[in-house]
Amino acid sequence: MQDFKFNIYDLSSFTHWVDVSLYSYCTPFWAMMWEMIIIGVAMLLFYAVIGLFLVYAERKVCAFMQNRIGPNRVGPYGFIQTVADLVKLLMKELVIIRKSDKFLFYLAPFIVIIVNFMTMAAIPFAKGIHAIDFNIGVLYIMAISSMGVIGVLIAGWSSNNKFSMIGAMRSGAQIVSYELSVGFSLITMCVLAGSMQLSTIVEGQSECWYIFQGHIPAIIAFVIFLIAGTAETNRGPFDLAEAESELTAGYHTEYSGISFAFFYLAEYINMFIIASIAATVFWGGWMPFHISGLAGFNNIMDFIPPFIWYIGKTFVIIWIMMWFKWTFPRLRIDQLLTLEWKYLLPINLVNIILMALIVLMGWHF
Amino acid sequence: MLPEKIYSPSDYIPIIIQSSIVLGFVITAMLLTHLLGPKRKTKQKLLNFECGIEGMGNARSPFSVKYFLIAILFVLFDVEVIFMYPWAVNFRELNILGFVEMLIFSFVLLSGFVYIILKRAFVWEK
Repeated sequence: MQDFKFNIYDLSSFTHWVDVSLYSYCTPFWAMMWEMIIIGVAMLLFYAVIGLFLVYAERKVCAFMQNRIGPNRVGPYGFIQTVADLVKLLMKELVIIRKSDKFLFYLAPFIVIIVNFMTMAAIPFAKGIHAIDFNIGVLYIMAISSMGVIGVLIAGWSSNNKFSMIGAMRSGAQIVSYELSVGFSLITMCVLAGSMQLSTIVEGQSECWYIFQGHIPAIIAFVIFLIAGTAETNRGPFDLAEAESELTAGYHTEYSGISFAFFYLAEYINMFIIASIAATVFWGGWMPFHISGLAGFNNIMDFIPPFIWYIGKTFVIIWIMMWFKWTFPRLRIDQLLTLEWKYLLPINLVNIILMALIVLMGWHF
Repeated sequence: MLPEKIYSPSDYIPIIIQSSIVLGFVITAMLLTHLLGPKRKTKQKLLNFECGIEGMGNARSPFSVKYFLIAILFVLFDVEVIFMYPWAVNFRELNILGFVEMLIFSFVLLSGFVYIILKRAFVWEK
């Protein structure tokens, strides 16, 4: 058995150590099973912590933007407010209204949460911390994350409530439309990276992040990804699906207690997923910021651990998305669909061709 | 360049195990809330939420056909997006030929797109 050295800059030695020691204690089958269970439980913990933290962060950011203090009673700076909220929601009654379709009504939060969790499995968190590394990583994320809309539609339909129905229909139209833009802008980056494997995409950015490598088309793709990603998560100026002032709560109007909490959690984790895909594909994931030629500067940047880089970038993008939400007024459904179909889609198509031309001519860095 | 690893369906087993773990988590939470939470069902409580007025009719009534149109267009365009993924990955090997082919493909796609716009598919007001 090899000796164990914990290296914050390259966690693959740590994961390798876990792998080797498990295989030396158990039969290969059980070692594999244990590994998967450990990964699953660790992901679940991470999922819950990130979800709770994001709800807190949103309330704080919102409060500061509106010149309020925000939650400040439970724990220092109200830090465990969301944990208290979760416990409260857990102890509430699950109301299943009489006219609803009971089976589908129960099923919807399951679909939303599972889809969410499966998407998160493909994201590289730090060097060596990557649940599953496919050669089709980007395609996998697109395919799985688009299944979330099924949960939303089921929730709206099964509630048998007019608000839920309208919310679900809007949400469905919105998510499927903006998925095209998310897909196109990721393809633009796949052209530059020449791969769909997320670990390869991150490795390719060790010298320079893709947003700088691909200059203009990459920046356009990033902006489109940010807009479309915000719309995908039903947030910000695109929150027609749950427009409080007209639809009360949209597709989860009839949900109460913990099943409401699941929808709420899934929404925030979706935001995290979009932000981390943007950070991975455009801003280099866990790669430090490097300027080629400046060895001293690069060494200082290398000193910051990869996981901190990843979390930092992701939270900068999340903060931008929160900023959107508290700055722009809500769009109308026809404006929303016009923005996607008449502007973002053609821009994206031309952008891919432009990126292909740049890669072909070798104009990228 | 290293030879590409060939992925078989068994490489996707971790996904299934992970989703079963999260399934267990959701089921546990649901059972826990059934044990902890109160169960006081009244006739009023089990009605649909309707902003304080009495509920009228069924929610599953006919809906604006525009939403359906958007869904159909999405299916059309999404298939084309899927065609682009393999092209994007193999773009460097295909070189100029692949680029010209994608130009033709995009042109066909854009002409279909122009047709949709001329048919006023995205005009919501009469």
